[in-house]
Amino acid sequence: MRWLLALLVAIAALPVTLPATAQDTMPPAPYAYRQLDDPALEAKATALMNTLRCLKCQSQSINDSDAPMAGDMRHQVRSRILAGEDPEAIRAWLIERYGDYVSYQPEVSETTWPLFAIPAILVLLALAVLLRRLGKRRREGSV
Amino acid sequence: MRPIFFIPLALFAFFAGLAGYMLTQDKDQSVPSAMIDKPLPEFDLPPATPGIAGLKRADLIGGEPRLLNVWASWCLPCIAEAPQLEALKQQGVEIVGVAIRDKPEDVADFLARYGNPYSRIGADDISSLQIEIGAAGVPETFVIDAKGNIRYQHIGDIRQNDVPKLLEILEDVR
Repeated sequence: MRWLLALLVAIAALPVTLPATAQDTMPPAPYAYRQLDDPALEAKATALMNTLRCLKCQSQSINDSDAPMAGDMRHQVRSRILAGEDPEAIRAWLIERYGDYVSYQPEVSETTWPLFAIPAILVLLALAVLLRRLGKRRREGSV
Repeated sequence: MRPIFFIPLALFAFFAGLAGYMLTQDKDQSVPSAMIDKPLPEFDLPPATPGIAGLKRADLIGGEPRLLNVWASWCLPCIAEAPQLEALKQQGVEIVGVAIRDKPEDVADFLARYGNPYSRIGADDISSLQIEIGAAGVPETFVIDAKGNIRYQHIGDIRQNDVPKLLEILEDVR
C-alpha cells in the first residue's frame, strides 16, 4: 500500500515540474482575454475569431485556444475591430500572411474550386441519368 | 451483373484505402509564410535587453542581405540552433533577432549562456512582428535582402546541414 501512495505522490508532483520547459512567462496581450466593452463589437470579433485557425494547435480556432500565440492573435483581431476595421479585411490581412490555411471559412479559389464544382456536376449527372431512365420506362410502359 | 455496377464499390475501396494510407503518413505541421518575396512591413521594436540595440525596419535596409531570427529564451530548439547562428556570424553574416514574449533578464541570461550572434534584438512582447511576417512559431529564420524584402523562410531550428544552404541563398539575393 505504501508504494502505491508513493507512486500517487510522484504522479501528483509531475505536472508541477514539467510545463516550465517551453513556455514564456510574459503576461498575455491586453486584448487576449479581455472582451471589448461594446457588446456589438465583441460579437463581431468573436464571430471572426471562431473562424480563424490557431497555428500552434491546428484543430482549434484562436477563440478556443489558450496558446500564447492564439492570445496574441485575438489581441490583433480585437484591437483592429476596435479601430473600426471590417472583420473580412482582418481575415484578408491574416490570409495575406499565412495563406488560406489560417481561415476556417471555405473560399472558392484556384485550388479549391473543384470542391464546389464536383458536387454540382455529380448532381446534374445524376439528374440526367434519372430523367433518361424515367423517360425510357414511360416509353416502354406505353408500348 | 454488368461490370459497370462494380465501379461505385471500386471507388469506395479506393477512397477507403487512400484514407487508411494517409492516416499512417506523417503530416507536415508547419505553416509556411505567405510573405515570401514581399517587402517587410514597417515596424519599430524596443531593445529586448539593455546594451543591445532594438530593431526597426530601417535597420535592415542597405548593405548586405541579413538574417532575421525569430526566437525566444524560453524556446528549447533555439538553444540547439545557437552554434549554427554563431557559425553564420563567423562567415560574416549579419543576424538580427526578434525576441518573442521575452523578459530582458531572460534574454541576457540566454545570451550569456549560449553566445550572442545578434547585432540587434527587438522585443516583440505580443508577437506583433511575428504575425506581420507570417511566422507561426519559434525559431524561424528569414532572409531579408538589402531592399528590405523577405526572400526566404527557414522553419524550425537551423541544423548544421542548413548552414551552407542559407549562405547560398544569402549570396543569391545580393
